[in-house]
Amino acid sequence: MKLSLGLAMLLALSLAPSARAASEADYKAAYAAAEAASKEAAGMRNQWTVTVSALAAAKRAADGGDFGRAVAAAREAEALARASIFQAVSEKEAWKAMEIR
Amino acid sequence: MKARIHLLLGSLSAALVAFALAAPRVIAADKVDPVADAKAFQNFFFQKFPNVKHEDFVNGPYSMNEDMKRQWQEKEEFPPYEFALEAGKEMFSTPFKNGKTYADCFPNGGIGIRQNYPYFDSGEGKVITLELALNRCREANGEGPYSYVKDEMASLTAYMAYTSRGKLMDIKIPDDPRALAAYENGKRYFYTRRGQMNFSCASCHVQSPGERIRAETLAPALGILNAMPIYRSEWSGMGTTSRRFVTCNSQTRAVSLEPQSDEYRDVEYFLSYVANGLPISGPGARP
Amino acid sequence: MASSIRVRATSTGDITEVQTLIQHPMDTGLVKDSKGELIPAHFIQQLKFECNGKDVFVADWGTAVSKDPYVKFSFKGAKKGDELKISWTDNKGGSDTTTAKIA
Repeated sequence: MKLSLGLAMLLALSLAPSARAASEADYKAAYAAAEAASKEAAGMRNQWTVTVSALAAAKRAADGGDFGRAVAAAREAEALARASIFQAVSEKEAWKAMEIR
Repeated sequence: MKARIHLLLGSLSAALVAFALAAPRVIAADKVDPVADAKAFQNFFFQKFPNVKHEDFVNGPYSMNEDMKRQWQEKEEFPPYEFALEAGKEMFSTPFKNGKTYADCFPNGGIGIRQNYPYFDSGEGKVITLELALNRCREANGEGPYSYVKDEMASLTAYMAYTSRGKLMDIKIPDDPRALAAYENGKRYFYTRRGQMNFSCASCHVQSPGERIRAETLAPALGILNAMPIYRSEWSGMGTTSRRFVTCNSQTRAVSLEPQSDEYRDVEYFLSYVANGLPISGPGARP
Repeated sequence: MASSIRVRATSTGDITEVQTLIQHPMDTGLVKDSKGELIPAHFIQQLKFECNGKDVFVADWGTAVSKDPYVKFSFKGAKKGDELKISWTDNKGGSDTTTAKIA
């Protein structure tokens, strides 16, 4: 399951943008997904700084009309947010492995 | 560009998989026992560094490296926190507009009490740190709160720590399930990995004290708060406990929490408790 | 405001050891503030120590010296009780002076 999440992230990223030039609609969808994931991470008190900057980069690129770049950055942000969520979930138990006892 | 992202994500997911495989050595959750924790915590460092005097751990990286220690001892004759200390002393004795002073807010007039902070407030059900208590004191007397990370707050805590130098850290966990929960929460925060770097506080300050991270020598977690606040040459100025937590978080590429959020208060409670019996050495100077 | 200069001078035999800490921003003029605007250069240009009417240490500084600089040096020819005068001037015309007795 953990492996498949990683693969899914890779696949999602590699397939989509190669098909055709990205449109504003693609960007909006990608951005909404990324924003939702980053909000979830923030809700778990485990936001990563890189997620925030990738989201900002997506917005900046879209404002400049470069939707290809915007979609790529939004997808990166989503992947990072998902990784941080995964981290927060697994650390709920895994932290004990590091404890001095 | 695309290829680069592939590479990035490839290594990211590889790292996550590796870490998922390594992690689940799940230990049955047993009862929270702070006394045993503190003993184990201190023993870990005492055994890891058999040549370091116990009371020397509060001097952070200087306890780990002879060369740095000599430089520091020379620096301590004329420490860089001296201006902050003097400012703090003056601020501490200057009355508020209503005529009261900080001394009215604290037991023993605020002198020699650093070792009792943070404490668990049973009325509120939360951990109260010295920084929080100082701002509450200001607000109760009609003054605006200070920034938690530097300047005035660092000067005030520097003075209060200075008057408590040498006193042994003495944090109590009252017989209250909420106090125990706060302690446990702080412990969890300390050991939980976060940020893109996948670091916990313990990754540096338990697993690698004395080692270098870039040009810095890492301080041991044991007694790390006894030296707060600190003048850091890297910051060209003073920083509080809050500032230390905030910058540690962002260095692991985690978005830091608000200063004095519950998590930070709890981790301060945990870290201070396990340093019980070690002397207050603040304000400190660090590279 | 308290003096921006802290000084400690101790003499052993013929040698006087001087330690000084000066409070000064020492802005280089290359750093931006949180709003992204350049912080103008503001640094000590000359630091001078005088003893018995003679300069014993003069430093011409630029921007490469750290904030709140610390200086330590020693010199010969002074005795306990002599007065040491320390002064600095910066590029904005600011200055400060203090005196210390050699202990």
